[in-house]
Amino acid sequence: MSAVDMNMPILIVDDYKTMLRIIRNLLKQLGFDNVDEASDGSAALQRLRDKAYGLVISDWNMEPMSGLQLLKEVRADSRLKDLPFVMITAESKSENVIAAKQAGVTNYIVKPFNAATLKTKLTATIGNF
Amino acid sequence: MSVHPGNGAHDLEVRVTQLLKARSEIEPRQLVEAVEAIMATAQGDLSSANLKLYAEIESLAHYIQNARAEIASLRPDEITDEHLPAAGEELEAIVGATEQATNSIMEAVEAIETVAAELPPEQAERITAAVTSVYEACGFQDITGQRISKVVNALRHIESKVQALLVAFGGDSLPKPSAKGGSKRADGKDRPDEHLMNGPQNAQAAISQDDIDALLASFD
Repeated sequence: MSAVDMNMPILIVDDYKTMLRIIRNLLKQLGFDNVDEASDGSAALQRLRDKAYGLVISDWNMEPMSGLQLLKEVRADSRLKDLPFVMITAESKSENVIAAKQAGVTNYIVKPFNAATLKTKLTATIGNF
Repeated sequence: MSVHPGNGAHDLEVRVTQLLKARSEIEPRQLVEAVEAIMATAQGDLSSANLKLYAEIESLAHYIQNARAEIASLRPDEITDEHLPAAGEELEAIVGATEQATNSIMEAVEAIETVAAELPPEQAERITAAVTSVYEACGFQDITGQRISKVVNALRHIESKVQALLVAFGGDSLPKPSAKGGSKRADGKDRPDEHLMNGPQNAQAAISQDDIDALLASFD
């Protein structure tokens, strides 16, 4: 039996609509249907403050607020600081991974990614489902 | 200014010889000392080092003049006003076209996935696996879009360098680089993580998901 609430709200953040659609469809295949979207960090932060989410999946490179800045805002917010945060990004240099880890990222997926990697990382982030 | 040190030295030698003949009482050594004293006071005008310097400066001036003429003949205003912005617009059109095509593919595949749910489990599973592969492949649009944004940024950098070159050669009345060819990071230069945003890496420069996992694990 799954220990994860499959109906938990998940927020996906990316400025490419195609990528939002891909992640949403892959999450649906994994059994997660309760998914909201935001197109940048500031819009995401507003949503996170308005509604309780169980997981954030965010791109890095967005304007006006990047995914890294969003992560820092989340970790600095007493109500959001423990929220699982997965970065999915094309930024694949070691310095990026280190910066994200130091900012408190829960997991990091490099683009292009496949469904199996997404499932593995989500399991590592929120538990078996 | 035109100076001919060879002719001047010859004239001086002739005149000294004539003077010695006319004034036999003058010691040649005294005359040499007098001439050397005069040369010493006028060294700034007559030394061979300075004459060489004048020649170099004159040559440099000609070089700059020729360079300006060549740059002007290249019509650099067309490069900054037309060619580079046009290239940026073409690249943005590519991003738009691939996005549109990707959305069409996604719509079709989503419809197939809906139909698959009505099929027997084994067939549905096979179709869903294929659909998943298409979803994964459609991620190319995000990657190519970011790569093209990097190219657009490079074009804008070249545009600003051409402008700087024009200003350096006296074209300071030319228009500033256009704001066309916007990119994903067009307004993000003062962002605190600007230095970390490199976008998709070349295969040689990128680290793999396994490398990233190992790096993350090293923090535990």
